[in-house]
Amino acid sequence: MIEVAAKPHIQFEDVTVRYGAKVALRGVSLEIPRREIFGIIGPANSGKTTFLKCINRMIDFVAGAKVEGKVSVGEEDVRRIRNVYSLRRKIGMVFPLPVGLPLTVYDNVAYAPRMAGMSNRGELDELVEKCLRQAMLWDEVKERLNSLGTKLSGGQQQRLTLARALSLRPEILCLDEFSIAIDPVTTMKIEDVLLELKKEMTIVLVTNLLQQARRLADRTAFFNSSELVEVGPTEKMFEGPENPLTLDYVSGSFG
Amino acid sequence: MTEQEIGADETVLRVVRSGDGSAAVRAEEAAVGSARVSRLFPAADEQIGGLETFAPTDVERAKARRQGIARTIFMLMAFSLVIPVILILGYLVVKAWPVLSWSFLVTNPENRMTAGGIWAPLVGTFCLVLMSLLIAAPIGVLAGVYLNEYTGDNWLRRVISLGVMNLAGVPSIVHGLFGVGAFVYFAHMQRSLLAAACTVAVMTLPVIITSTREALASVPMSFREACWNLGASRWQTIRTIVLPNSISGILTGVILQVSRAAGETAPILFTGAVFYARVADHGFASWAPYGPSDKFMALSYHLFTLSTSVKDVSEGLQFSTAVVLVALVLAFNSLSIFLRVYLRARKKW
Repeated sequence: MIEVAAKPHIQFEDVTVRYGAKVALRGVSLEIPRREIFGIIGPANSGKTTFLKCINRMIDFVAGAKVEGKVSVGEEDVRRIRNVYSLRRKIGMVFPLPVGLPLTVYDNVAYAPRMAGMSNRGELDELVEKCLRQAMLWDEVKERLNSLGTKLSGGQQQRLTLARALSLRPEILCLDEFSIAIDPVTTMKIEDVLLELKKEMTIVLVTNLLQQARRLADRTAFFNSSELVEVGPTEKMFEGPENPLTLDYVSGSFG
Repeated sequence: MTEQEIGADETVLRVVRSGDGSAAVRAEEAAVGSARVSRLFPAADEQIGGLETFAPTDVERAKARRQGIARTIFMLMAFSLVIPVILILGYLVVKAWPVLSWSFLVTNPENRMTAGGIWAPLVGTFCLVLMSLLIAAPIGVLAGVYLNEYTGDNWLRRVISLGVMNLAGVPSIVHGLFGVGAFVYFAHMQRSLLAAACTVAVMTLPVIITSTREALASVPMSFREACWNLGASRWQTIRTIVLPNSISGILTGVILQVSRAAGETAPILFTGAVFYARVADHGFASWAPYGPSDKFMALSYHLFTLSTSVKDVSEGLQFSTAVVLVALVLAFNSLSIFLRVYLRARKKW
């Protein structure tokens, strides 16, 4: 079989983001190929979340944010995309603070497909169950799909957010600290699901759990004070990174 | 024991312990620890576990006393609000009691206003309130949604906010004069129910807009962001998440303005309210007493004329008109409270 030299799925070309006078991301250039898990590690305030927000243009909603450089998803420059909603539908996002919408569990997961125009009850039922199973939440909520999503516990809401992000069968899944409120056993199960999902989508995994990045990521990038310090195959990043700063961080002597 | 002594003792203890490590040493060690505790918390010296442990100290007693005084003052201030309400209502009802009856409500004023009831002004006020609501509520709510959901913090929003704030500060009599100029003459509405309703609508708009914005702002931003993340448009987000969760606040604001509209006299004084305009008080015609272009009677204005321009009017007539007006306003207010309680019970986070 001939492997076409695939274009990267996500491409950052010299991207700088400013919030007023503060630089949140400085001259980042990066390529993320299709169907891999791309880990991002780095201390707090190093630009990880800003990086994710550039991908689906949630950065537009941050007051005073200015983006320079070029971010491409697939072939397209995201800032040229007219229909930003279609871009966001292609990209699932999970942020660290879980937000259950004030709707039932079922409606939470069915929200995005419905907003995209899906109304067939049978298809929706199927999709909701599949997403909740992938987020390892189905067994806990299958008896109470009609209770409010906001009444679930913190960890359950986080998995609900994950299920919601999966509900549009996204091409790209961005996870920002998705497991901080989830117990380790369930986290492991979700990690297995992520490895499975990798076959159909690109996953960008921002995590403070270095071991999680090590377990899951094919390649890992290290951010520090708004800059991309180093990027490489995960093994190399953890075993013998080129930059001494990276070594300090992964060995725990800084950060 | 001073701090240095304890420190020295501990050094000694450690030396001794490394020597034989007997139980006696450990007891001594414990004694040093408790000496330190008792210096910090004198009460801990007395029988541990007994009631003495929780006996209040002088500091705590003084604190409790001050708190008691503060609470009494606050309570008296809060309660002093209730006294005028009770006095006003009690006085009105006592004075009005002989005249109040069902027939007082449903008969027209008669005999040069000195007899009969208040049917015409009652329905006049109803029509005025309803019509001004139909004008002000859609404009106010939609404007509030636009200001809170669609515009960022830019000059346009600041200009509109400034306008709204200033409009809210305009005295009602000035609204009345504006109504004469703008609606009665410029828009050729003549002095009519419609002109008065428009004037009242302009007067109530700022508060409707403000309360709508506040209700919308009470919906957490994170809900909107979650929706946008999922590819929902602004309008979809507003329709599915923001409005359903702020509707109680919006309705409360609107209804409170209705009750204000019912009580105001100045804005209708020159724009449509009249001294006397009889309406049908029975039969089919009584259900649509005033058309938009008719001049009309209203409770507040009726009360004003009864008290100032009518000769030989019985006191009971004035007071019972006042009672009905107050009851109407209170009824609207209770409706808004009921709605708020009912809708808040269904609140989802």
